[in-house]
Amino acid sequence: MNFYQVHFPILIVSVTLLFSFLIPVFGWWKKKLCYPLAIIAISISLFSSLIVANRVLYHGPIRYYLGGWEPPWGIEFYIDHLNALMVVLVTSISLLVLISSKKSIEKELPDKDVPFYSLFLLLFTGLAGIVVTGDMFNLYVFLEIASLSAYALIAIGEERAPYAAFRYVVLGTIGACFYLLSVGYLYIVTGSLNMADLNQILPNLYHSKVVLVAFSFFMIGIAIKMALFPLHVWLPDAYTYAPSPVSSLIAPLMTKVGIYVMIKIMFKVFEPSFSIEMLPVTTILSWVASIAIIVGCVLALAQVDLKRMLTYIMVAEVGYIVLGVAMANRNALTGAVLHIVNDALMMACLFLIVAAIMFKLGIRNIYELRFLHRKMPFTMGAFTIAALSMMGVPPACGFFSKWYLILGAIDANNWIFVAVILMSGLFNAILFFRVIENAYFEPAYAHDGGEHIEVSRDEAPLSLLIPILIMAVGIILLGIFSGKIISAFIQFIVPVSF
Amino acid sequence: MEVIQSIRPLLAVLVSAFAGCLILLAGEKNRNIREFWTILASVVKFSIVCSMIPFILEGKIIEYTIVNVCQGVSLQFRVDAFGMIFAVLASALWIAVSIYSIGYMRGLKEHAQTRFFFCFALALCGGVGVALSGNLLTLYMFYEILSVSTYPLIAHKETPEAIKAARKYLTYLLTGAAFILFSIGLTYYLTGSLDFVAGGFLEGHCSANLLRLLFVTFIIGFGSKAAIIPIHEWLPTAMIAPTPVSALLHAVAVVKAGVFCCLRVILYVFGPELLFDLGMWLILAYVASFTIIVANMFALAQDHLKRRLAFSTINNLSIIILGAALLSSDAIRGSMVHIAYHGFMKITLFLCAGAIYVKTHKEYISEMDGIGRQMPFTLGAFTIGALGLTGIPPVCGFISKWYLCLGSIEADQLIFLIVILISALLDAAYFFPIVYNAFFKSKNGVYPKFDEASSLVVVPIVATATFSVIFCIFPNAFFYFLDMASISVQNILGGV
Repeated sequence: MNFYQVHFPILIVSVTLLFSFLIPVFGWWKKKLCYPLAIIAISISLFSSLIVANRVLYHGPIRYYLGGWEPPWGIEFYIDHLNALMVVLVTSISLLVLISSKKSIEKELPDKDVPFYSLFLLLFTGLAGIVVTGDMFNLYVFLEIASLSAYALIAIGEERAPYAAFRYVVLGTIGACFYLLSVGYLYIVTGSLNMADLNQILPNLYHSKVVLVAFSFFMIGIAIKMALFPLHVWLPDAYTYAPSPVSSLIAPLMTKVGIYVMIKIMFKVFEPSFSIEMLPVTTILSWVASIAIIVGCVLALAQVDLKRMLTYIMVAEVGYIVLGVAMANRNALTGAVLHIVNDALMMACLFLIVAAIMFKLGIRNIYELRFLHRKMPFTMGAFTIAALSMMGVPPACGFFSKWYLILGAIDANNWIFVAVILMSGLFNAILFFRVIENAYFEPAYAHDGGEHIEVSRDEAPLSLLIPILIMAVGIILLGIFSGKIISAFIQFIVPVSF
Repeated sequence: MEVIQSIRPLLAVLVSAFAGCLILLAGEKNRNIREFWTILASVVKFSIVCSMIPFILEGKIIEYTIVNVCQGVSLQFRVDAFGMIFAVLASALWIAVSIYSIGYMRGLKEHAQTRFFFCFALALCGGVGVALSGNLLTLYMFYEILSVSTYPLIAHKETPEAIKAARKYLTYLLTGAAFILFSIGLTYYLTGSLDFVAGGFLEGHCSANLLRLLFVTFIIGFGSKAAIIPIHEWLPTAMIAPTPVSALLHAVAVVKAGVFCCLRVILYVFGPELLFDLGMWLILAYVASFTIIVANMFALAQDHLKRRLAFSTINNLSIIILGAALLSSDAIRGSMVHIAYHGFMKITLFLCAGAIYVKTHKEYISEMDGIGRQMPFTLGAFTIGALGLTGIPPVCGFISKWYLCLGSIEADQLIFLIVILISALLDAAYFFPIVYNAFFKSKNGVYPKFDEASSLVVVPIVATATFSVIFCIFPNAFFYFLDMASISVQNILGGV
């Protein structure tokens, strides 16, 4: 193995970190350079993550010691199948969102493009760092890098954004504190911060009160970070008022990364047997998650703002994934991990579509979308595909995760969860068909007898449209080939004991 | 049984989806090219489907696996004789409907024709996909594609009523789909397999009561599309759609897919023996009989021609389900051929209703006095269809009803024989007044002059009516419907 191959894991985060500091310097000299520089940085990151994922596929998990310091003293990057899947997901979606952001930024945030690109890369670094690191404290650092840059990015949005961002700051910081306390407690009793090391030491200490408290603190902290009902209150405002490209990035990825951390700690740091049997965590989580699904859907029904509707659907989707994790069996966890991937793609696609509509028309009210299928046929085509996927219509990818979640709920012998999952599909059908009806169907006066209303095509710019279409095609392909993803990645993620 | 690997089923399904893309590309500006794609796709699809008939008649099965989904389940096509009946029916009638809808849509100068033809092609993709699927998951996939692609067709007029009807349709069907998904999940949990097996594969996997529950959820799910009373409401409401769509709904793809799936569940998932042991066949037969009689009584009361036809469809769908529920060989054979024959007869009736609407803008039966003199070809075809649905030779409805009657005698259930006969009487009671008034009644003794709709509309009508007659005289003509039904029955009942 040569030198270059060895160091790809660190390239995933270090290049973008470096570039996020370079961009202000270059931007001060020439503003136009920011966009290509950011794209180069994330492309390198994507390339590295693909190589890393490829190696994980063929040679198993990779351990990378930062600065050559061996764990448990040094910081370790540990990339197994779950991390590899997540890192490819994070980098590829970030790249697509970044490509699409140019026009939206010019329109929504003129003169602020330098800080935007810099913060964007910083946020990306945080997200990518979270999914590659194998160290509890290092994870906290990356979590805060991601959160702080997210606060800043949200705050430069619309008029009400600073207030929303402030609420996010308060709650997010509380979440981070809980997480940090939990790491501290674990460090007190074990003297270690390395995840693999903790996994070895902890089983002897499972009955220690400190460990139990640490675990509980962790769950609360991460529940705030991933906006699990009833700790979701910061999310709708923050994501609605953020600038379009920002919400397209954080909406699909931020919460998903939170759920990733939860899976990682529940099943990789602690033993699955601990997380399931010592405390009634999974029972509580699964019921909270089912309530989250219902509440998220019902609140979404009450929205007339398309973007705000999507944010409430996010709350439901988080519930969906957490339910899969909390049912704790092979099928359910497979469904949950698959849904992380699928939902990230669907949400990114939907938020980008909202960005495209905002860019062209400046409206988000779903009752003002009339004639949109003639103005923006491609965008609306992609919207229809994403919407059908959200409802769980095969062969779009949303169906396949739903399928596994239903199998998992049947395995768990809990018919109420089966009903909740099926209900959420119907709710999504109402939500999205309401939009589709408004966008596609013209009032009868437009064609019967009355004058034909001429609406000329006015499609979004290519830099926005192409990422949207790539994602729409991706939704279908991901669905058809979901079996491949499961056999290549997800089957290794599920703990053996399931 | 010999299994052949071939890509043909995939091509047969995808050809219309591909055509859909070409239709979108052509758009309203190149309408002739757009219609060319529709016709070409329907002909190509039909020939691909027909090219598979010889293998099926030799008792072989054609298989094609697209991709593995989860352990023991793939997206897979598996063409057997029963699936072939439905595939041939759908693809053959698509040609007729395509030609007809060009005449119809242009005749009425309808809007959004591109969307109409696109969704139509997609619906056929779903319909033939349902027919050729090899397991429940694949079937569900195409079933959903079919449901969703029909939605814009029903809402086509975009009036508040049309949108309401489309919403109602979606509500019923998506709720049904949730039931189906649950049932499929449970089946997979119990058996670890979803592949159709002639004669069923569920036996001995769990307690009888759980199986009964599973059967009920399956039938509620697929029954929502097969419009079993009391979950039939969407179908008459959906009559607001343009006539080619109603024809598609009733004769070609949508509700036929519903009964097709019901039969798949009855015969290929549960199997006759298991259903007999569970005692569910009798309950289903009573539910179906109730639907048969009540639907026909509703039909008597309708003045709107298409609504009357809609209730007649509900009646016939339940006759098909009744046949399968009786579980005797002749009854199953009868219900399978009735899927095909009813398709040809019902499409004739709907296309006639459409032709009358295109020409005279009349929708109500009470306005149609004397119209037979004006449109003799159309109403002649209508008469043939009506005779056929009543079960009078020489129209093919007689053949299927004959087998159904034999089947109910074979099953020792004379009460269902009486149900079938009463329903035939009621059929006569609501069809023949239309025919009589059209030819022999007139306003003020003046008969209108000969004035037919355009030939694009009339030719398909005459063609399907002719086929309906030919199928009675030669039940195996062209497509070997009866032979294929016999092969299926043999596979299911094991050589009886």
